[in-house]
Formats: sequence, C-alpha cells, structure tokens
Amino acid sequence: MTQERPIKIACHNVWKAYGNRPSYYFDSRGYKIDPDALADRMRAEGHLPAVVDASFEVATGEIFVIMGLSGSGKSTLVRCLSRLVEPSAGEILLDGRDLLKASPKELIELRRHDMGMVFQNFGLLPHLTVLENVAFPLKIQRKGQKEREERAREMIALVGLDGREKSFPNQLSGGQQQRVGIARSLAVGPALWFLDEPFSALDPLIRRQMQDEFLRLQKMLKKTIIFITHDIAEAFRLADRLAIMRAGKIVQIGRPADIVLNPADNYVAQFTEDTPLLRVIKAGDLATAINGTVVDHDIDAGASIEELIPLITGGVKAFGVVQADGTRRMIAAVDVLAVLERDSRRQAS
Amino acid sequence: MSTVSGIDQPIRPLTVEPGLIAWGALVALTFACIALQRSAPWLVNFPTVWQVPIAAWINVVSDATVPVIQPLFRSISAFLDVPMRAMQGALAWLPWPIMMVIVSAVSLKSGGARLALFSIISLSYMVVAGYWPQSMNTLSLVLLAVPIAVGLGFALGVLGYRFPSFRPGLLALLDLMQTVPAFAYLIPLLLLFGFGPVVGLIASAIYATPPMVRNTMLGLDRVPSDIRESGLMSGCTRRQQFWQVEVPSALPQILIGFNQTTMAALSMVIVAAIIGGFEDIGWEVLSSMRKAEFGQSILSGLVIALFAILIDRLTLGFAKERPIGPTPIMAWMSWRRLAMIVVVALVAAVSQRHLWPDAWALPSTALRQQVEIVNVSLTGIVRDYAWFFNGARNVVLYSLLLPLRLGIVGAATPALWGFALTPTMIAAYVVLWLALAFLALRSYGWRLAVALCMAGLLLFQGFAGLPWPALVLGFGLLAYRLAGTGLACFAMLGFGFILVSGLSAPLSQSMYLTMLAVILCLMIGGLLGIWAAHSERASKILRPICDGLQTVPQFVFLIPALMFFKVGEFTALIAIMLYAIVPPIRYVEHGLRNVRADVVEAVQQMGATPSQILMQAKFPLALPVIMLGINQTIMAALSMLAIAALVGTRDLGQQVYIALGKADAGLGIVAGLSIAFLAILADRLTQAGARQAGSME
Repeated sequence: MTQERPIKIACHNVWKAYGNRPSYYFDSRGYKIDPDALADRMRAEGHLPAVVDASFEVATGEIFVIMGLSGSGKSTLVRCLSRLVEPSAGEILLDGRDLLKASPKELIELRRHDMGMVFQNFGLLPHLTVLENVAFPLKIQRKGQKEREERAREMIALVGLDGREKSFPNQLSGGQQQRVGIARSLAVGPALWFLDEPFSALDPLIRRQMQDEFLRLQKMLKKTIIFITHDIAEAFRLADRLAIMRAGKIVQIGRPADIVLNPADNYVAQFTEDTPLLRVIKAGDLATAINGTVVDHDIDAGASIEELIPLITGGVKAFGVVQADGTRRMIAAVDVLAVLERDSRRQAS
Repeated sequence: MSTVSGIDQPIRPLTVEPGLIAWGALVALTFACIALQRSAPWLVNFPTVWQVPIAAWINVVSDATVPVIQPLFRSISAFLDVPMRAMQGALAWLPWPIMMVIVSAVSLKSGGARLALFSIISLSYMVVAGYWPQSMNTLSLVLLAVPIAVGLGFALGVLGYRFPSFRPGLLALLDLMQTVPAFAYLIPLLLLFGFGPVVGLIASAIYATPPMVRNTMLGLDRVPSDIRESGLMSGCTRRQQFWQVEVPSALPQILIGFNQTTMAALSMVIVAAIIGGFEDIGWEVLSSMRKAEFGQSILSGLVIALFAILIDRLTLGFAKERPIGPTPIMAWMSWRRLAMIVVVALVAAVSQRHLWPDAWALPSTALRQQVEIVNVSLTGIVRDYAWFFNGARNVVLYSLLLPLRLGIVGAATPALWGFALTPTMIAAYVVLWLALAFLALRSYGWRLAVALCMAGLLLFQGFAGLPWPALVLGFGLLAYRLAGTGLACFAMLGFGFILVSGLSAPLSQSMYLTMLAVILCLMIGGLLGIWAAHSERASKILRPICDGLQTVPQFVFLIPALMFFKVGEFTALIAIMLYAIVPPIRYVEHGLRNVRADVVEAVQQMGATPSQILMQAKFPLALPVIMLGINQTIMAALSMLAIAALVGTRDLGQQVYIALGKADAGLGIVAGLSIAFLAILADRLTQAGARQAGSME
C-alpha cells in the first residue's frame, strides 16, 4: 500500500464556474487568491462555482472515490476530468500530458482508447441490443463486425450476462442494464475508468451485489478508477483513498481510516459518525514493526479489524500482518480492543 | 400580497387589490361607452374614417412583386408537376387487387392481423363505392407531400436544436403556419405557382411541416444526458454522435411527428380541393355537397374517414411499439419478407397489365351511381322532419345565437321574440345580474362578481354592440394579469390591427361563434368526460368515437351538419362543435383519472360524499389539465372556423373564403392573420391560466 506507483491522472487547482462570464474570474497573471473568498465572490455576483480549486492525484491501479451530497460538484468534477465539461481554470495531467490542451481530435482518440465511463442512469442506447451496445465504442472506431462482436461477447461474459446478448435494454432489470454499461465501458480496454454513481439507481440488495462484482473485476483488471458516489458506506467499502466534497470544494482527501480517525472538520465528522471504525480500519492501518514479537496468527493487511475480534476471543494475543509486498508487520490484540472501545464511545456520545 | 404595511407603521393603509380597481374601471368604462352611445356612436362602433386600407396596400405590393418573382415559382411548379404526374400515373396503373395486397402486407407489419383486415375492408369499400381512382389521386398527393414536409421539417427541427438562437423565430413561424387558415395562404400560392394540383401539394407540404419540426426538436432535446455523454465517451465524432446516438434515441418522438405530419398532409390535400379542378376525393365531397347529393357526399365522406383512420393507424403502428410486444404475425412479417411480398406483387402487376390487360377492371357500376334512392329518402326525411330540424335550429338560433350576437336589446323585438323590452324588464334584468354578482362576491370573491357583471353587460349588449375600447382594453387587461406586459401589448396591437383593417364586424362574429361553440363543448364534453372518468364502460364507448372524430379531416364534419340544417350559422356551429368536442372529453377524463390518489383517499377518509370528492378534491387538482383541455378546445374551434365558412357564416373565415373566390391576396392575408392572432392570443392566455392554476399546487 505504501509502495510508490506512477501517477495516472492529476488535477491541479481545477475550477468550474457557471454564469454569464466565468472567464472573467480567471486571468493568467498567476497570483494566488484565497479559493473560498473567490467562490463567495462568484456566488455574490450571480455565478455558480460548481468545482472550487480541486487538486488531487490518482496513482495507477488505485480506486479513488469522490464522495459528496447531491449538488456538491462531484459529477461536474469527474466530467471535467473527461472534458465532458470544460473546466474554467486549472490543469489536468493524464500520464503527465496536459489534457486541457488536447485538440478535439486528440480528445476523441483519448476517449476511444484510454477512458471508459459508467453512468448513473446507464446511458444505454435504446435501439441497440445488449451485444450492439457493448460493441458500440468499437463500431465508432470502425472495427470490423467480427472483431467487435467477439470482444463484446468476451465483455458480456466478464460481467456475467451470457445469454442476454440479443435482449434490448428495456427488457433488462436495472442491475443487468448497469452490467451492460460496465461491459461497454470496458470494451475498449481503457486504463482509466470513470464511474459516476454507477449503483445509485439500484435497489440496496442489488447495489451490494454490484459492489462485490466491481471489486472482483478490479482485482482482475487493475484499472485506475475514479468512482463517484453519495453513499458514505459505499465509499468506505470500495475506496483505496477518497475525497469528500462540499459545495464544490474538496474538504478532505485520505484513506478511509485517516478520514474516520481524523476528520478534517465537523462536516466530515458528522458524515462519518455512523460508520463503525471496526469496518473501515484495516489491519495494515494499525500494523507496527514486528521487532521480534511472537505472533500467534497471520492475517492479510487488507483484512478489517472486525474480522480479528473472533480470533482475539479465541485467545490470539498478537497478529502477524502480511503486507502486499510480502513483508510482515504486527498488531497487538490490545490495539484492536482499543479501537473497539473508541467505537463504542463514539456510538454513546 | 400587500406587504407594504410593516410592523412599525402606525396606520395600515387601506389596500385594495390592484386587479379589482382595474377591472372595476373597465366595467365602468363599458357602461359609460354604452350610455354615451347616442351622442358619440364612435365609442361603440369603430369609426370608418380611422380605418386603413391595409388589404389594398398588400395587393399593391403583391401586384408589383408577383410578376417579377413568378417565373421562379412557376418553374418550381413545373418541376414538381413531373413527379406528381408520375405518381398519379403509377397509382392509376397499379391494379387495385395488387394495391390491396401491398397495403395489407404493410398493415400486417405495422399493426397485425386486425389492421390488415381493416385495410382490406376499407380498400374494398373504396372500390365498391366507386371512388378508387379519386382515392388513388389523393394518395398520390399525400405520398408526395409527406416526404417534402418530413424532410423540410426534420431539417428545420435540427436547425432549431443545434442553434438555439434560431429557435424563437422558428417557433413564431410555426405558430403562424399552424394558425393561419390554409385558405388564406392558398391565395398567394395560387398567384405564385399558378392554378392546378401542384398548389394543393405545396399548400399541404407547408401545412404539414410544423408537427415534424416540433417533434424533431422535442425528441432531440429530450435525449437523456447519460446517453449523450456515453456517446461522447465512446469517442464519437460530431457526425457519429448525431446520427448514431442522438437521432436513434429521438426516433420514437420523430416518428410521432411523422404520423402527425402525414395526417396534416391528408387533411390539407382534402381541403385544397376547394381550389378545384382535380379529380380527388376532397373534390368529390365538395361537389356532391354543392349539388346537395347527400348520398354521394356520405359515401365519399366515408372514404375520407376510412382513408384517414387507415393512414393514422399504419403510421402510428410504426411509431409506437406495442407495450406487450409484437404479435406473432407482426414478428413473422420481417422487413425482408415485406420487401419480397411487394416485389412479387409488382411483378404480378406488370404481368397482369401485359397478359390480361382487361382483368381486374374496376366495377363499372358502383354504389355511387345507385344512391339516388338514398338521396330521395334523405331529402324526404329532412323534409318530413323539417319541423324537428327547423325547430331545433330555431330554438338555438333565437335563444342563444341571436342574443349573443345582437344582445337582448337587439333580440327582444316583436319580430324575433314577440315582445319589446319595457323599462321594467330592463330594470329587472339589471337587478337580477347585480344580485347574482353580489352573491358571487359574498361567497367566491370579487373576480367572479366582476366576471358576472361583464357577462350581464355582454348578454344585454351582444358581441356586435360591445364598445370596441372595452374589448381592446379588456383583453389587454386580461393578458396583463395572466401573462404580463408583453402579451398585453400583443393583444392590444392585434385587436388594433383588426379594427383598423375594417374587420370589426367579422371579428365580433368570429368571437361570438367561437365562444358559444367553446362554452357548449365544454359543458357537454365536460359532462361526458366526468362520466368517462367514473365509468369504465363509458370510457370504452367514448374512446373510439373520440379517436374517430380526431382522426377524420375537419372537412367531413360539414356533411352531416349541412344535410340536416342547411346553410347557416347554426350549421357552422354544429360543425365546429363536432370537431371541438373531443378535447374537453379527453382532458377532463384524463385530468380526473390521474388526480393524485393519496389526496383523494385522504378526502374520502374524512367522509366526503362522491360529489364533494369530485367538486372539492378532484376538480381543483385536475384544473391545470382541464385548462389545457380548454386551450385545445379553443384552438380546435378556431381552426374549424375557416372551414365552417363553407356552410355560411359572416365571420373572419368567411372573409378568407371570399378573398379566395376573388383571388384577393390582401384581404385573405389580413383576415388570415386576424384568425391567427385570435388563435395565438387564446393559446397564450389559456396556457398562462393553466400555469397559474398549476402553480397553486
């Protein structure tokens, strides 16, 4: 987890403002203004700052979740990253190249090969079958019928929809439609995968299934993912790191454990107060150097603290934590119980 | 809301609603105008010296310009003449059994076995009744007008979608194209394109374009943003995005536009028969009506009705998917099989024409030659029951039409009502209306009270005797209160234009005829709608009747009205009502049926009686929908006004018709624009009313 991976996409001081003359606020003289003051000034002058000075970096293979309530600007931000929405100011680097300088032609090429996107309401073309929908991005690239159908079938099998190739979108359930959306977004084999509230339109039970499915896929595919959601439980469940947005601004970025343990402000604290620490904190987050301690049991660094409780009641005093790179660290049972105690204090207050 | 009086102000100023002052002033002004009528007649009747010969000026301009640009249009006309003759020739050449096979194969694909059966029966009827060649001529015009209108409409719709700055102008143009009666622009078309069926073709293409434009824009506007963005993220170029993502997603709506355009084209092709000289089915109806051959006019009117229903169901079948999926026979009839059947049928046609040229000739004696008996007996019925038809007509004429037109002051004469008004009667009348207004003021507020005062005045004075300043200012005020300054200016300028053009008499005729028709339709149709909303059986009976009335071209409604009631205003009223009764039935039923169930349940739970539920819960909640129904009723009545002029009215429609007869482009345009103005004003007013009703929720 701590190993350095190359940055896939980086976003520096990105703004998106709506209104009559948003460009008026961004000249190129390069001096720095306090973002909050500027956003307030925009609001006072009849402009809507949808994204305020957003900066973050996403490493290759990372799941980066952007979380916020509706109207917080998260969907606008992800659209800035794919230039479905043109940012008003800022810099977006994709593999180190400035995305905002890409010509319309280059942008089309980027979208055809390097980016995939999944939409909240699926965005399936109603007049095409499942197979044709999944093959659509390849058809746009003028790939031959045989090649694209072969690839589309592969993708459909990947999301577990074999046998529904000939169905039309309106004959499928919501969960099945979103599987088609996922298969379509993966058909061109993009390295960068945007998911804009992909499971929000689904029933809770189906949502849970789809999250598992998503994690299974990511284990195989190892994409760089930017995932938008308004559901804090979903965010904590899926994220390697997450950003919390409020009124266009990113208020905190961090690993789930950082955010529950050290919320940046009251807003974030309120958001996370119902989330059990046991579930969010992973063994790797608490692990310390092993220093010759005798360990009773080895566990994976990605295991949640919750999974350790039954083992502690079974008498385990110290766990060996196996990191992703194979090295080992340890956690003492007392440290786990301390988290448990902190959790129950939080619930009580 | 008068929030001027803050807490710190010691005395709260007496606030009267500004609306009440304005309306009160208007009532007073009307009274004053009528009272001063003797000494200053110009207060009531628009003075002739103020009139401006706008029509004559238009004629001067058109006389000067038409000869210059005529050659261009004549060449277009000659150019269009070629495909038209070819199409007519082809359809005349095609043996009728082959045509039947092709149409029923298409029906099988579009709507299944029942539609195919209906198409066979309809086409057989056309053969048996003896109107096959005329029907094919009409079809050939429709088949040419539709592609022109669809292509033009799609292009304009895409233009309006892509360049929003074009849109206001485009929408205004569409409003004009749909509200100016077709007769009115037949005149300039005749001048430019010359006499002949091509003018009918062009007129119907113009008339049929707006629904396609509107539906194309609507469909493209409504493509969900997720679908749009998924196309962009797949890396579509602009062209790919448009043709492979946006157009297919908008296609269902665009096909609805295709259906409406086809129906409009058919309706107009039939109306265009008025310019005559072309052997089509509209001409048959018109000439048999003129000759009072009612048997023939019923037979040919039925052809039009069947034709319209068939075309409607065919195109609608392609536009709308069946909710439960295609029937087995529809699924069997794939596009490939359909194409094969058409090819085989055409080969059969060619071989039949070469090998047995005389087989399958049309029957030499058709029903239409044998309806003399029907004519005689119909004339007999009308003559024998003249007491009934005349009685019905006279009752409505003397008790409704005349008082509204001339006012009680004009109708209560020894010649009409058998007595003259005495001062006591007038006093009693005034007291009656004032009492009504007072009661309304006590229980419903000032709006209804003022409305009742105006109604009493109007009924006493009649539309013809209404002072023009009151008319102009009254509509201006209404428009201002409902929609603001813009519409108020539009209303006053429009009425000013009509008055200045010297059309005030036809204007008041139009207004009273439309108003009466609309009120009667709302009453009768509203009751039917309430009935249909509460009874499945009523709904089932009314639905096909409404479908039929709405599908059939307006022209056909003249036949029964004329048959029983002869030429006159009452006949026009009946014809207008036949067409305009559908929207109130539909919208009232729809509005009442779709009221939020939780509210109705809550009221029911409180122990409300069924009539209380209807009046106090369902009606107020359904009001926005019902207002839209009123809007549609007024629009239908106004659009029928011009066609009803054929059976004798004295309104603006008649002016258009007179202009058509005299080829007077100026009068036609002025009268046509006047009708369009009334329609657009009525549309905006009722829509604003619907918005106000809707915002109360």
